Amino acid sequence: MTHHQPKIETSPKVSDEVRKTTCYMCACRCGINVHMKDGKVAYIEGNRDHPVNRGVLCAKGSAGIMQHNAPSRLRAPMKRVGPRGSGEFEEISWDEALKIATGWLAPLRAEAPEKLAFFTGRDQSQSFTSYWAQNFGTPNYAAHGGFCSVNMAAAGIYTMGGAFWEFGQPDWDHTKLFMIFGVAEDHDSNPIKMGIGKIKARGAKVIGVNPIRSGYNAVADDWVGITPGTDGLFILSLVHELLRAGRIDLDYLARYTNAPVLVNMDPESPEHGLLMRDEDGKTLVIDRKTGKLTPFDQKGVQPDLSASYRHGGVTHKPVMHLIAERYMDSQYAPEAVAGRCGISADKIRTIAAELARVAFDEEIVLDQEWTDFRGETHKQMKGRPVAFHAMRGISAHSNGFQTCRALHMLQILLGSVEVPGGFRFKPPYPKPVSAHPKPHSAVTPDKPLDGPHLGFVQGPDDLALKDDGSPVRIDKAFTWENPMSAHGLMHMVISNAHAGDPYKIDTLFMYMANMSWNSSMNTRGVIDMLTDKDENGEHVIPHIIYSDAYSSEMVAYADLILPDTTYLERHDCISLLDRPICEADAAADAIRWPVVEPDRDVRGFQSALCDLGARLGLPGFVNADGSQKYADYADYITNHERKPGIGPLAGWRKGETGPSHGRGAPNPEQLDRYIENGGFFVKHIPDAASYYKPWNMAYQDWAVELGIFDSPQPYIFDLYVEPLRRFQLAAEGHGERQPPDHLRERIRETLDPLPIWYPPFEDGGIDTEEFPVHALTQRPMAMYHSWGSQNAWLRQIHGHNPLYLPTGLWEANGFADGDWARVTSAHGEITVPVAHMAALNENTVWTWNAIGKRKGAWALDKDAPEATKGFLLNHLIHELLPAKGDGLRWANSDPITGQAAWFDLRVKIEKVAAPTESQPGLPPIHSPVGQGPDHLEWKVGK
Amino acid sequence: MHPAPSVIIFTTLSGLGFGLLVWLGMGFPFVTGWVAFAFFAIAYALAVGGLMASTFHLGHPERALKAFTQWRTSWLSREAWVSVAALIVMALYGAGLVFLGAKWTALGWLGAALSLLTVYCTSMIYGQLKTVPRWKTPLTPALMLAIALAGGALLAGQALAALILLPVAAVLQVLWWVRGDMALSRSGTDMASATQLGDIGAVRAFEPPHTGTNYLLREFVHVVGRRHSIKLRIIALILGYALPVVLLLAPFTHLMAFLAVVSHLAGIAASRWLFFAEAEHVVGLYYGKR
Amino acid sequence: MTQLPDRTEKKLGLVIDLDTCVGCHACVVSCKGWNTENYGAPLSDQDPYGSAPTGTFLNRVHSYEVQPEQGTAQLIHFPKSCLHCEDAPCVTVCPTGASYKRVEDGIVLVNETDCIGCGLCAWACPYGARELDAAEGVMKKCTLCVDRIYNENLPEEDRVPACVRTCPAGARHFGDLGDPDSDVSQLVEARGGVDLMPEQGTKPVNKYLPPRPKDQMDRPAAQPEGDIDVLAPFLKPVAEEPKGFIGWLDKALEKL
Repeated sequence: MTHHQPKIETSPKVSDEVRKTTCYMCACRCGINVHMKDGKVAYIEGNRDHPVNRGVLCAKGSAGIMQHNAPSRLRAPMKRVGPRGSGEFEEISWDEALKIATGWLAPLRAEAPEKLAFFTGRDQSQSFTSYWAQNFGTPNYAAHGGFCSVNMAAAGIYTMGGAFWEFGQPDWDHTKLFMIFGVAEDHDSNPIKMGIGKIKARGAKVIGVNPIRSGYNAVADDWVGITPGTDGLFILSLVHELLRAGRIDLDYLARYTNAPVLVNMDPESPEHGLLMRDEDGKTLVIDRKTGKLTPFDQKGVQPDLSASYRHGGVTHKPVMHLIAERYMDSQYAPEAVAGRCGISADKIRTIAAELARVAFDEEIVLDQEWTDFRGETHKQMKGRPVAFHAMRGISAHSNGFQTCRALHMLQILLGSVEVPGGFRFKPPYPKPVSAHPKPHSAVTPDKPLDGPHLGFVQGPDDLALKDDGSPVRIDKAFTWENPMSAHGLMHMVISNAHAGDPYKIDTLFMYMANMSWNSSMNTRGVIDMLTDKDENGEHVIPHIIYSDAYSSEMVAYADLILPDTTYLERHDCISLLDRPICEADAAADAIRWPVVEPDRDVRGFQSALCDLGARLGLPGFVNADGSQKYADYADYITNHERKPGIGPLAGWRKGETGPSHGRGAPNPEQLDRYIENGGFFVKHIPDAASYYKPWNMAYQDWAVELGIFDSPQPYIFDLYVEPLRRFQLAAEGHGERQPPDHLRERIRETLDPLPIWYPPFEDGGIDTEEFPVHALTQRPMAMYHSWGSQNAWLRQIHGHNPLYLPTGLWEANGFADGDWARVTSAHGEITVPVAHMAALNENTVWTWNAIGKRKGAWALDKDAPEATKGFLLNHLIHELLPAKGDGLRWANSDPITGQAAWFDLRVKIEKVAAPTESQPGLPPIHSPVGQGPDHLEWKVGK
Repeated sequence: MHPAPSVIIFTTLSGLGFGLLVWLGMGFPFVTGWVAFAFFAIAYALAVGGLMASTFHLGHPERALKAFTQWRTSWLSREAWVSVAALIVMALYGAGLVFLGAKWTALGWLGAALSLLTVYCTSMIYGQLKTVPRWKTPLTPALMLAIALAGGALLAGQALAALILLPVAAVLQVLWWVRGDMALSRSGTDMASATQLGDIGAVRAFEPPHTGTNYLLREFVHVVGRRHSIKLRIIALILGYALPVVLLLAPFTHLMAFLAVVSHLAGIAASRWLFFAEAEHVVGLYYGKR
Repeated sequence: MTQLPDRTEKKLGLVIDLDTCVGCHACVVSCKGWNTENYGAPLSDQDPYGSAPTGTFLNRVHSYEVQPEQGTAQLIHFPKSCLHCEDAPCVTVCPTGASYKRVEDGIVLVNETDCIGCGLCAWACPYGARELDAAEGVMKKCTLCVDRIYNENLPEEDRVPACVRTCPAGARHFGDLGDPDSDVSQLVEARGGVDLMPEQGTKPVNKYLPPRPKDQMDRPAAQPEGDIDVLAPFLKPVAEEPKGFIGWLDKALEKL
């Protein structure tokens, strides 16, 4: 009998129109094609032409349609009518909302601008929000880098003028061995997945270093299940092995790093440990050809790694000597570190040997001529095909900065940065630390701040201290407690403001930061600080303004809500002035634009700031006649110039003869050009400029042409970070500006100019026998912060989160499926469901980050599994270290950068009878947007 | 498997109804007029009622007629044809008995055969499924046929036949359980074959694909406690087989006969609940469940 | 028509690389997005913002932990959707003919207007590839994006299933597994692709590429004599002390 089958339409119409914009489901910022039907969003897929994602898209991005239509969207400005924290609001007009805000803020600006603390969370417009804050005149501005991964950013920039984060990437096309340390799943997530796929298809190896074998570590060929907080020790042991074997790239170290630069070795000298410099401040080396002292950057100079120099009775040794002396010490021998790291000595040796083998025995060479900054032309580009990547896993510790530094030192010793097969920077990086701004904090009422808030200090003189030595900033950034806090300390703002330490504030203004829930350490405590009242019955933090698109937990704690749009309803620019979307081969920036108009009374936050800025008369936001300068954010993006010819977007500016990229006058049609081009602009780096960028004159000239620099900025990598030494010198008693006595010892010990390892601070403050277990969170690939739970599709994947226990702990406590445990830290306790995981460091427990939800938030049912079985580890982590009895508030942060030490947490675990819900259970908050529908059959087209 | 009431009612009642029709078609008991009407009414109520119940679990019962089209491959489609044929043939045969007092023997035997075939088709809907090793055995049709014939005999007042068939069915039932308890492990399908990861080591389900439930888990994963299972099996054996036999051996009264039928029906319903609830679908292995 | 075709002209299917899948669920959601908007009824969700959210998905990513006899446990992410079997038991059991296997490419489809929602096809499928949509009452399953792969309204390069197009790690491959020369067949050949539950006799078209051997660096503490070691030997010291190192450095620099 013949086979019958129905005829089906295999070429149905896909959509009426495709609108190309930029994703905002995490920090990755992929290009997306938004398919429209009948004016509605019908389907979202990756944009194949986009430099970040090349057409692919993750689960979050593909679920954007459910985020855009989430019932949790705020609908109109609101003012609080119930008590703080109740969630009771009244909808008001934008005019009224902005009048209220102006009424609070205008007097502050006139008298004490620092009484406004303006902090932004998952903000992708930091160059704009910081500009607004600068014009307001408050020193109290930062985004969330301080509790994210500032250790990684700062260590990278201080060491090599660029960092992992999304400032660089492995050379996926050439690398033969990829070693990945703990990464956060929301930074460069699709590029990393694409890269791993690429190198796996080639048969190249992946080594994963992570206490937890999930995600990237699950596909790694070899897994190093390290004990949390010991990555630095492990890395320094690899360095020890490589040095002993002489398996380091001497040519690279001599040419491109400060390994040959001479260091003052006289312990009596006020310049002890500082680098030798000439009158122009250039660091000095010995030229091997002449044996003479010479600035490092002279034509034809061949810096000597081994020669010492004696002058005026003072011995100067090259940095390389100091490195050899420190790391060849037996304290870094594999046997000495194995126990603490939870890695066998043999495995450390094997990894060291494998790194060396691939770097040196599998060297790759590209036939590409290039000229370095000393004028020497090289016929080829030599590559060490070993690439590294790391993120929050190693940086969110109180020893994170030095650990990140150690990893960069390892990369540099192998000669694998900015070479074929190694780690490559993305424009505007490489950028020497000297080319970054320093922090500014000079407050003048009624005037803008004296410069950008955040930056990179070079020494004690750059700290943000008042004349009496007290901190200028509410978060105590750039103080002796954490001198190099390049991203501020958002996690300390509420705690410090509540304590009045260093001073009280009037208005807390926040954007997209869920501080009363998953974005704070010590969630319960922060909730109390936000609602606390003084003896007069007034709130200790008098005013709170909050902007968010959704009904997050933080909404309930604000007095005034400025409702933001969804990412498909707004203008944005992903700017070269900010955290751009460049690739190692190209400079790129991008926009978002309203592919649909909002159907609610909401405004993009940045547009609201343009209005508010004008109402406050902020210089950058009003014309000479006092009228509003930028009608909205789109207007700002198009017409703002940071300096003549340089604006938020680099593409399609107005040149003298026609369109111009990089530099040029504002072009009224610029956004249209972006939209025509798929929402982004990309300019490729010439082949001769594509590697060795910090030293490659072709790259330097290209960067100047594009407006990244005003003049070429070649530099050498700082294996030895001199600014750290300047703080140590101050702690030793040298110089005018002196640290308080209680910090001297810590500064001497931790601000070492060469990478060191020390145990995480929490280990020193608590009884590690009582709390023997490390506790971590990881970000699921299908969720971004707390956002995913309002998404009907994503919350089905991660609706609640067990605490995963390793086999030993599981069996010792007699756990079985469905059991619950009480988890206690020095700070608090939680009671949560547990599950077994064998592929886990034997001394570590973990859970998914930010799945737990407060009842009443995100338009979810009060009995949502996120609230009844989900939980936060945050309740166990305090923003301060346990009290030491000295009356001081010691932050639970890295002593160098102030990075929140989320991953230092230690706990103990006990089996308990299952409670009805995870504990602590907080009372529900009233939902200002009601609850979502009870069923969905989502289809836009007919 | 999810023990849905609709399928339990369907297989229990229609099995009994068609079992009765088998006996009526063979002429046991040979009745005419109103007595015949009563017997046929009971048989049709059970058979048709069962079939109707089976439509309750359909997503689109209004399209049920389409189920007649695929008799070449589908036991469900065959069941549709055969059951309708049996019902029509037996309706004609019954009309002869009730209204004409005529016994068309050949037609009756044809109807009996079709009724038996209906039960066979029903049993093969389950017995064909390789995905449920507990069901995939000739014992499944044997057991269902035996139960239908025994129950039919009971209803038809064929005490001797029932006294033979009930123990036969009980033996088949026990055999079916004993075999069934080892069926999954003997099927060759396990987590290693499901994932093909067994060469590396022991496979354990880690995170499920979604934290919530889904159609597959609701439909295919049902866990019955060991003690609960034993209890129900004993109840099924006593009520379904032993008690009716005892009642039949006692001096005949209508009440006793009625009680025997009710007891049998209750026992078979319990057995049928276990038939579904204890059946392990191999898809559960992907979820680390049995 | 529930009789299976004697043969199909092509055997279109997926090859899933378990060595590369990082378990990101991109394919799951992309599939949900495309197929709720396209072929047949939307993929509904019940209680989507409530206490027990559940919905229809045509592709789900499992994860398994595998404990070797020696050494560390491994975690393997495991996407699973319809395998478009050659001997598809789901097709033959269908009473209405709604389920069928296409002659031209072997795709197993459900003609939703013929589906009575009896669920028997899902019972017959060993892989859990079919889900009865709770709102529409019809059986939903992977269509291999039959409305994409031939769609002339899409650019040629996009004529692949949504899950394949979106997979960031490139762990999903689409092609004709009936053609021994196709890229996917070559990949299966090279990597030893396998069938799931081969004993079920379904002859799945989709193949799974097993994970490559892992943890080769966990070598035994002492290397037995004569054993071939794929790894580099431990590094040989040139110096034990910093002083010796500086001496070595000097000599090494001479050679540069």
